[in-house]
Amino acid sequence: MRNVFLFIRRYFNFVFFVIIQIVSLSMLFKYNRFHEAAFMGVAGEFTGRISEKYNKVEYYFQLKKTNEALVNENAHLRNLLKQDFLPPDSTQKIVVDSIRIDSLERFRRYLYMPAKVVNNSVTSQSNYITISRGLKQGVEKDMTVVSSEGIVGTVINVSNNMATIMSLLNRQSRVSSSLKKTGETGTVEWDGNDPQVLTLRNIPKSARVNIGDTIVSGINSSYPPGQAIGYVTAVEAEKSSNFYSLLLKPATNFFNIQFVYVVKNLQKEEQDALEKATHKQDLQ
Amino acid sequence: MSELLKNIIRFAGFILIQVFILNKIPPLHGFISPYLYFLYILWLPFSMSRISLVFAGFLFGLSLDYFTKTPGLHAASCSLIAYLRPFLINVLVTHEGMGFNYTEPAPSSMGWTPYIVYILVLSFIHNAYLVFLEWLQFGNFWYFLGKVFSTTGISFLLIMITETLFYRKQKFRTNT
Repeated sequence: MRNVFLFIRRYFNFVFFVIIQIVSLSMLFKYNRFHEAAFMGVAGEFTGRISEKYNKVEYYFQLKKTNEALVNENAHLRNLLKQDFLPPDSTQKIVVDSIRIDSLERFRRYLYMPAKVVNNSVTSQSNYITISRGLKQGVEKDMTVVSSEGIVGTVINVSNNMATIMSLLNRQSRVSSSLKKTGETGTVEWDGNDPQVLTLRNIPKSARVNIGDTIVSGINSSYPPGQAIGYVTAVEAEKSSNFYSLLLKPATNFFNIQFVYVVKNLQKEEQDALEKATHKQDLQ
Repeated sequence: MSELLKNIIRFAGFILIQVFILNKIPPLHGFISPYLYFLYILWLPFSMSRISLVFAGFLFGLSLDYFTKTPGLHAASCSLIAYLRPFLINVLVTHEGMGFNYTEPAPSSMGWTPYIVYILVLSFIHNAYLVFLEWLQFGNFWYFLGKVFSTTGISFLLIMITETLFYRKQKFRTNT
């Protein structure tokens, strides 16, 4: 016993070093699996504050581009206004529906909440975005995030006033998506090298794909369906399989993103509960 | 200015520079990511005990980790170079009692050649370990090798620029 203590005393430096290494490595691998870590909430609040201060300065240099994106979105929304469309004068019979349902409110599925980006990275292999909107303002874990141009990522960590988003530019991000024209579905991933290139796998070779085609989020993704993900820049046929892998240019410009919308799926709980119950029935 | 205060200011300074300047540089190439922050550990005084060196490295790396949302990644590699630092200094510095006559490692206290070797070896170890930990999760071997060497080159360049911009004069201290 005495020898053990002597040994520890003699090599105390080394033992301490090994303990520190074990602590940090376990933090690292735990975090990547569960997207959570010790003190991440507290630290997120603190680093978020500093990033917010920094962003106040940085924001001015991108006002022009931000403005442009917002104007584009406004124009897009204006084009959707009802008063811009004239119904063709072909009605012959007016049918009054006897059941009156406020169809806009009751069946609202997605709620968009604007948020300011305070920190953003594109340079590492796992990129995260911090927004200054948190639990108190209605953001929850696993909500999806879109921008005016296309989809951005998923909320993975929330503190009281901040939230972090795993962006599309993350090695662990997987988004189910489909071709806008023909509807074949596949998975969008990022290989960690070039932030201008995403990869879309599992598109069958029977699909007709052209360069410049739009890829949108699919119906079984957690994003609102039909949001732009990217535009095809190259089509590669995988030799050993029946699938294409497509290279995409992301629709969202991750380099100067300043405003995003957090999307709340109001029917998510119901859908999840139903699917879970169905699954259970299946197993029995 | 006392040594402690100086190092606390450096702590914050290096982290802010790494997070808000170097990490913001748009990627020129998939291989290149500029790292300068670990120079803080190379600049810590000679007189620190090895335990406190490792602990300082751990804290320093962890606070960077909370900015980049990768808890443990930089902490592991920082504590590794903090642990290896005293061995390397013992090998490189030959004349007696150098550690008592100067406060911290610098070209003016160690001489340029030993200092450059000191920097090259430690930044290589740091980058290799850091990229290795990333690579464990994804990537292929050639990517790993290329990234280690290019990152070490860029780190060396940045450190040399810093050394010449902020030349630290080291006073020769005597007992009297």
